[in-house]
Amino acid sequence: MIPVLLIAIPLVSGLLAFLMKGGNRAANLSIIGSIATLAVTLWACTTSSAECLSYSTEWIPLINSTFTVSIDTLAMIMVLLTGLTYPLILFIASKNTYSKPHNYFGLMSFMQAGLMGVFVANDALLFYFFWELVLIPAYFLCSQWGGEKRIAATIKFFLYTFFGSLFMLIGIIFISSQAPDHSFSWEAFTQVRLAYKTEAWVFWFIFIAFAIKVPIFPVHTWQPDTYEQSPTSTTMVLSGLMVKMGIFAILKWVVPVMPMSTWAWGDTIATLSVIGMLYASVIALRQNDIKRLVAYSSIAHMGLMVLGIFVASDISLQGVMIQMFNHGITIIALWMVVDIIERNTGTRKLNELGGLAQKQPALAILFVVIAFANIALPLTNGFIGEFLLFTGIFTSEVSSYNVVFTVLAGLGIILSAIYTLNMLQKVLFGKTNNITEKLSDITLAEKCTLAALVVVIIVLGVYPQPFLEYSQKAVDQLLSVMLLKRPS
Amino acid sequence: MKSALQLVWFIPLLPLVGFLINGLLRNKLSKTAAGIIGSGVILGSFILSLLLFLQVKEGATFVSELFTFIKVNELSIPFAFQVDQLSALFLLIITGVGFLIHVYSTAYMHEESNSHFARYFAYLNLFVFSMLLLVLGNNFVIMFIGWEGVGLCSYLLIGYWFKNIDYTNAAKKAFIMNRIGDLGFLLAIFWLIAKVDTVTFATVFSAETLQVLTPTDITGITLLLFVGAMGKSAQLPLYTWLPDAMAGPTPVSALIHAATMVTAGIYMIARSNVLYTMAPFTQGVVAVVGLVTALFAATIALKQNDIKKVLAYSTVSQLGYMFLGLGVGAYTGAVFHVMTHAFFKALLFLGAGSVIHAMHHEQDIRKMGGLKKHLPHTHWTFFVGCIAIAGIPPLSGFFSKDEILAAAWSANKIYWILGVIGAAMTAFYMFRLYATTFLGKFRGTQEQEHHLHESPKAMVFPLIVLAVLSAGAGFLGVPAVLMENAHWLDQYLAPVFAASKELTAGHAHHLSHSTEYMLMGVSVGIAAIAIFYAVNKFSKNPDLEEPAGFGKVLANKWYVDEIYNAIIVRPLFALSNLLEKFVENKFINGIVNGSGRLVQYTARQLRYLQSGQVTNYVLLMVLGMIALFVVMYFTKK
Repeated sequence: MIPVLLIAIPLVSGLLAFLMKGGNRAANLSIIGSIATLAVTLWACTTSSAECLSYSTEWIPLINSTFTVSIDTLAMIMVLLTGLTYPLILFIASKNTYSKPHNYFGLMSFMQAGLMGVFVANDALLFYFFWELVLIPAYFLCSQWGGEKRIAATIKFFLYTFFGSLFMLIGIIFISSQAPDHSFSWEAFTQVRLAYKTEAWVFWFIFIAFAIKVPIFPVHTWQPDTYEQSPTSTTMVLSGLMVKMGIFAILKWVVPVMPMSTWAWGDTIATLSVIGMLYASVIALRQNDIKRLVAYSSIAHMGLMVLGIFVASDISLQGVMIQMFNHGITIIALWMVVDIIERNTGTRKLNELGGLAQKQPALAILFVVIAFANIALPLTNGFIGEFLLFTGIFTSEVSSYNVVFTVLAGLGIILSAIYTLNMLQKVLFGKTNNITEKLSDITLAEKCTLAALVVVIIVLGVYPQPFLEYSQKAVDQLLSVMLLKRPS
Repeated sequence: MKSALQLVWFIPLLPLVGFLINGLLRNKLSKTAAGIIGSGVILGSFILSLLLFLQVKEGATFVSELFTFIKVNELSIPFAFQVDQLSALFLLIITGVGFLIHVYSTAYMHEESNSHFARYFAYLNLFVFSMLLLVLGNNFVIMFIGWEGVGLCSYLLIGYWFKNIDYTNAAKKAFIMNRIGDLGFLLAIFWLIAKVDTVTFATVFSAETLQVLTPTDITGITLLLFVGAMGKSAQLPLYTWLPDAMAGPTPVSALIHAATMVTAGIYMIARSNVLYTMAPFTQGVVAVVGLVTALFAATIALKQNDIKKVLAYSTVSQLGYMFLGLGVGAYTGAVFHVMTHAFFKALLFLGAGSVIHAMHHEQDIRKMGGLKKHLPHTHWTFFVGCIAIAGIPPLSGFFSKDEILAAAWSANKIYWILGVIGAAMTAFYMFRLYATTFLGKFRGTQEQEHHLHESPKAMVFPLIVLAVLSAGAGFLGVPAVLMENAHWLDQYLAPVFAASKELTAGHAHHLSHSTEYMLMGVSVGIAAIAIFYAVNKFSKNPDLEEPAGFGKVLANKWYVDEIYNAIIVRPLFALSNLLEKFVENKFINGIVNGSGRLVQYTARQLRYLQSGQVTNYVLLMVLGMIALFVVMYFTKK
C-alpha cells in the first residue's frame, strides 16, 4: 500500500492546491502534502512487512501491462531522497512570490507524484507513464514561471526529452514483445534473452532517453539552459531529483535487463562520461551566472556517476548508490543558497555580487560547508561517494581503460575546486558594493532549512556505514542479475 | 596503564569541542572567554599528549578503533588511531607549539572584533583537530581526511581577512595547488586498494603485503604519494602557494605554514618509510626535488624585503632539506629537522609578528632598522632563532641539519656540496634579515618610532619558550661522533624505522670520525663566514635600492608565477572560452536548434496533409494498412 500512498498523496494535494484561491493556502497545502508523504516514506523505511512495500492491480490487460508498484532497496534510496527534500524545497519556494501560486504549487506536487511513480514502478509501461508525468509539469513550470529566455529553453528541453522518450517507448515495446509472457513487468524484462546484436541496438533505444536525462555529453545542452531559466525551486527538483531518474533508470531498466550491452558499450559510454566531466568542468570555469555555473558542475558530477555504473565494479556501484543520494542533498542545498542570494540581491551575476560574508555571516558559513561538500571535502557526504566511485573505477576489472578514466576524471577534482572556490570568493568575499551593502542576514527559517541539509551532509560524511550496508543489498542484487546473464 | 592510552580520543576531541563552542557562540563570547577556550582545549590536548608520550617512551604502542568508516566487501577502512613513537612525537609538536601560538594569538589578534576573534580561534582549533587526525590515523584514508582538513583550515585562515580580495586569492591558490597534490595522494590510495585491498598502515607495511607488490607498484605508489607531499609541503613545482599564504595572520603562518601543516608531507613519507626504502628510484626523485627546492627557494629569499616573505621562502627551502634527508634514507634526521624547524621557525615567525605588531602592520624591512633597543626580548629571541637556523652549534639547527648533510654525503657527494651552498645562503639571508631589521638606524617615520614598543607578555612568553627550545632541542640528537649513545631521538624512533634499517643493513656505510668532523667544520665555517659578511654589510648599508639585473630576477621570484599564468592558467581559461563559444553554442546547439527548425519546417509541410478532406484521410489510412501488411508479411518467419 505504501507505494500507492507515495503517489496518491502528492497527487491529491496537488489537485487541491490547484483549486485553492489564496497563494499561501496553496503553498501550505502542498507543504502539508509533502510532509505527509515524508511520514509515509519514513514508515516505508521502518516497516518490516514486505507486503506493505508493494501493490499490484490490473491496468491495461489488453497488452499485459499491470499497475505494479514496489519499493526495493534501490527505489527506497530515491524515495527517501525525494521524501526528505520535497518539504524543504516547497518551504523555500513558498518564500518567493509567484503569479498564480496555486498553479505553481499544484504542478510542483504533481511532479513529486510523478517522481515517486518513476521510482516505485515495477512495470515498464507504468514506468514510462510516470516518466512522462514528471516532464509535463516540468515543461509548464519552466515555460510559465521561468526567466527571460524561458520559451526557447523549454522548447529545447521538450525536444530533447521527447526525442528520448520516443525511442525509449519503442525499445520498451520491443523488449516486452520478446518477454516470455509478453508482459512489461521488471521480472519479465530481466528474463529476456536477446541476441547479442539485437541487444546492442535495443540498448541504445532505451539508453538514449536516460542519457539525455542525466545528461551525458553530448546530449546535455538542454540542461544549463533549463536550469538557468526555470524558477530556482523548480531547478532544485530538476537537478536534485529529476535527473537522478536517469541514473536510477539506468540501474533499474538498463543494467539488469541488458547486461551484455552494458559491458559491450561500457567503455564507449565511460569515455563519453569522462569527456563530459572535463568539458563541463572547463566550461564552468568561466560562468558568470551562478545558476549556469552550478548547472555545468552538476553535469560533471553526474558524469562521474555514469562512469561508475559502466565500469561496473562492486565498489563503484556502491559509490553510485550513495552518491545519487548525496548529490541530491548537496545540489538542492546549493540551489537553495542561490535562491536566497537572488531573492536578497536581485542578481545571480558573480561580478555584481561580493562581500556577503560581512552582511550575512550565517549564510556564508552554510554556503561554505555546502560548497565544500560539492567538491567532496572529506567528512562531508560528497567525499564518501566520490571516494568509492573513484576507487571502484580504478579497481574495475570490467573496463580496460580504468586507470586512464580515473586519472582524467580525477582532473575534474581539481577543476571543481577552481570553479567552486571562485564562486565562493566572488559571492562572499571582498568588499560590499551598492547591491550588497544593505543586506541583513538570512531569516531563521532559511537558516534552519539549510542547516537541516548541512546536518545530513555531515552525518553521511562522518558515518556512512549504515547507508552503505543498506545499499549493499541493491548492489548485490544488481551484480547477481548481471552475472546470471554473463556470457560464458 | 591501558587506560591512559585510551585517552587518545580526547586529544583531537578537545580542539573539536573548542571549534564548536567558539564557532557557534562567536557572537556571545567575550574575547577573554574565546581566548581561554581556544587555548585551553589545546593545553588539555598537550597534557594528554604528554601522558601518552610517557607511555609510548616505555615502548607501549597501540591502535584504537572507534567505528568502521567505510566497508564494501573486502575493502574495510576503520576510523582508528595509531599511537606509536612517530605519532606521539608529532602530537607533542602540534599541541605544544600549537598551544604557544594560541596564547600568542590572544594578544596579537586583540584588535579584532569579538565575533571575528572567536571565529579566528574556531578556525585555529579546527586546524589543530585536522592536524591531529592526520598524524593519528592508522590508515591512509584517515590521514587523507586530516590532510584535506588542514587544507581547508589553511584556506579559511589565509583568507581570514576576507574583505581583501588579494588575501582570498592567496587562499584559493593554496587550496587549489594542494588539490593538485591531493590527486596524487588519492591515486596512490586507489593503487594500494587495487593491489592489496587495504589502506591500513600495519597491514600495508607488513612483510606479506610487501611481497604482493611488484617493484613497479611500489615505485608508482611512492611517487604518487610524493606528489601529494609536494603540494602540502610546498616543493617544486607546487610551492608557489606558500609564500602567498603569508596573507594570513602571522601566528597562522607560524603554526600552519611553518611548524606543522607543511611538514605533513615529511610525516607521510616517514610513516611509509618501508615503501620508500624499497623504491630507490623514488628516493632519488625525493632527494633531487628536495635539494633543488632547497636551493631555489634560498636564492629567492636572498632578495626579498617583506619580513614574512623571507621566512616563507626560508620555510620552503628548509622543507627541501627535510626531503633531501628522506631521499637519502635519513628518516630520523628528517623528523629531527621537522622538530627543530618547528621550534626555530615558529619562533622566527612569532618574532616577525611582534615586529609587525610594533611597526603597526609594516612588513617591509627596508623601513625598519635599529629595532634592537626598542624590542629587547623580541630581538634576542629572534637572534637565537637566526643562529639556530643558520646551523651554528650548539643550537638545535646545527644538529638536525648536520645529520641530513652527513647522510647526503654518504649518498652522493654532490648532494652534500649543494646542501652546504644552500646552508650558506640560509645563513646569509637570515642575517641580512636580522641586520636590516634590528641593527643600524631606524628608517621608518617619526610617528612609527614614537609608537615602537615591546609586545605584551602573552606574546613575549611564547617567544622565550620557543627560544629555549630552539637553543636546546639539538641535544636530543647528538651524533655519535661527538658523544656515544647520546642520540636519544634515534633510539626513540628506532622501532618506526626498523624495517627500513633492516633492508639497508647490507650496504649502509659509516663515515669515519675524521670525515664527519671535516663535514661539520666546513658547513659551520661557511655559515659563519656568511653570517659575518651579512651582518657587516647590512647593518651599515642596508639593501634599499630597487634590485637590477639578476637581483631583479630573484626579487621577482624567478617569474615563476608569471610563467604558470602564461602556460597553465591563461590557456585553461582560453580553452573554457573556446569550448563554450564554439563547441557548446555553435556546434552542439547548432545541431539541436537545426533539428528544432527541421521539426517546425516539417510540421508546416505536414499541415497540408490535414486538408480536412475525408477522402484524403481514408486514402492515407488504406496506404498505411497496406504498408503494415507488407511489413508483417515479410517479417513473419
